Amino acid sequence: MIGAAAIGLIVAIGLMLIRALSGPTLYDRVLAMNSLGTKIVLFIGVLGFVLGRPDFLDISVLYALINFVSTIAILKFFRYRSFQVPLMRRTMPQRRSQSGGDDA
Amino acid sequence: MGYLLGLIVVLGALWLGLSGIYEPLLLTLSVISIAISILLAARLETVDREGVPYARTPQLFAYWAWLLVEIFKANWPVIKACVRADLDINPALVKVKTRCESDFAKTIFANSITLTPGTVTVEVEGDKLLVHALFEEEATPDSFAEMDERSARAADGRKSSKGEVTA
Amino acid sequence: MPEVMDVIMAVKPVLGAFLCLVGAGLAIIGTVGVLRFPDFYTRLHAASITDTGAATLTLVGMALLAPTWLIVFKLAAIWLFLFLTGPTGSHALANAAHTAGLQPVIGRQRDGAGADDEGGA
Repeated sequence: MIGAAAIGLIVAIGLMLIRALSGPTLYDRVLAMNSLGTKIVLFIGVLGFVLGRPDFLDISVLYALINFVSTIAILKFFRYRSFQVPLMRRTMPQRRSQSGGDDA
Repeated sequence: MGYLLGLIVVLGALWLGLSGIYEPLLLTLSVISIAISILLAARLETVDREGVPYARTPQLFAYWAWLLVEIFKANWPVIKACVRADLDINPALVKVKTRCESDFAKTIFANSITLTPGTVTVEVEGDKLLVHALFEEEATPDSFAEMDERSARAADGRKSSKGEVTA
Repeated sequence: MPEVMDVIMAVKPVLGAFLCLVGAGLAIIGTVGVLRFPDFYTRLHAASITDTGAATLTLVGMALLAPTWLIVFKLAAIWLFLFLTGPTGSHALANAAHTAGLQPVIGRQRDGAGADDEGGA
C-alpha cells in the first residue's frame, strides 16, 4: 500500500510537470515548481519507507529548505532583475514580468 | 539575552533531533555550527521579539491547533471544486481589515489566511489585507473575524474583543 | 493490557500506509485542480491543498510507520518547515503576480472546459 502511495505521488508529479511546461505565465510555472517541490519532498520520504531506509528523510529536510529558498530567489530575480537588492517593501518601482502572458 | 538563550536552546534541540549520533566530535561540531548561526542571526539583527518568538510558544501552539482544524475544514470545498465534473467557482478579491497591531501578529494572521485553502493574502498594506478567495460567499469579513482575534491574542496577548487582558 | 498493545501495533502500519495513500490521492486531486482552474490565482488555491492536506496526511502516515522516535522528530521538522514556508511562498507568488499587474478572473465561472488558455482575462 505504501508503494501505491509512492506511485500516486509520481503520477501527481508527472501531472504537475504539464502545468510547469505549459503554464501561460511565469507565475504559473513558479507555482508549479513550488508545488512540485512539496510533492518531491513527500515522495523522497515515502520512497525511504518503501526501500526500508528512512534515512532518506534527511534529503527531504534539505529539499524542503532549498525548495523554499529557490522559489523566493526566482521571484525576487524576476521582480527586481537582480539578486543584489535588499528585500524590503515598497522600495522599488513596479515592473512588469517579461513572460507574463497577456497583461489584460 | 533571553531571546539569545531561546535561540540557542531551539537550535541545539534541532541539531540533536536531526543528527541522532552523539559522539564528542559531532557534539563539538554542533557547538561550532550553532555559534556560527547565532553570529549570522545577530549580524542580521533578527534576534528580537519577532525573530525569536519562543516566549509565546504555548499560546502559538494553542492557536496552531485551532488553525489545523480550520485548515482541514476549509480543505473540503476546494477538494470538491477540484474533482467535480463541471467547473463551478466564484473567485473574488476582498479587503479585510485586521485589528492586529504588531507586525508579528499581522504576519501570523496573513499566513493563516494563506495557509487556509480557498483564501490567499495578496497584499498587506497598513491594517488592510487584500485577500483573493476561491468562493466569494465564504469570504465575508465576518468569516475572518475569529481568526483575526485569535491570532492577535496569540501573538500579542493583549485585549480581546471584550477588553479582558489575557496572558 | 498487552493484547490492546498488540492490536495497536498490528493496526499501526496498515493505518500509516493508508494515510500515505490518502495523502497521495489528495496530491493528485490538488494537481488536477491546478490543471483545471482558469487563472493563476485560482490555481494557487488548488496548490495549497497539496501544501496542507496532502503533506499533513502523508507525514502523519509516515510517522505511524516510523521505527524510531528520531524519525518522528525529522518528520515533525519537515512538517514544521512546510507549514512555515508554504504560506510565505504562496504569498510571495501572489504578491509578485499582483505587483506585476496580472489581473485575476472575478465572478462565477461555470463551464466544463477551459483550463489551459491565457492567465489574465
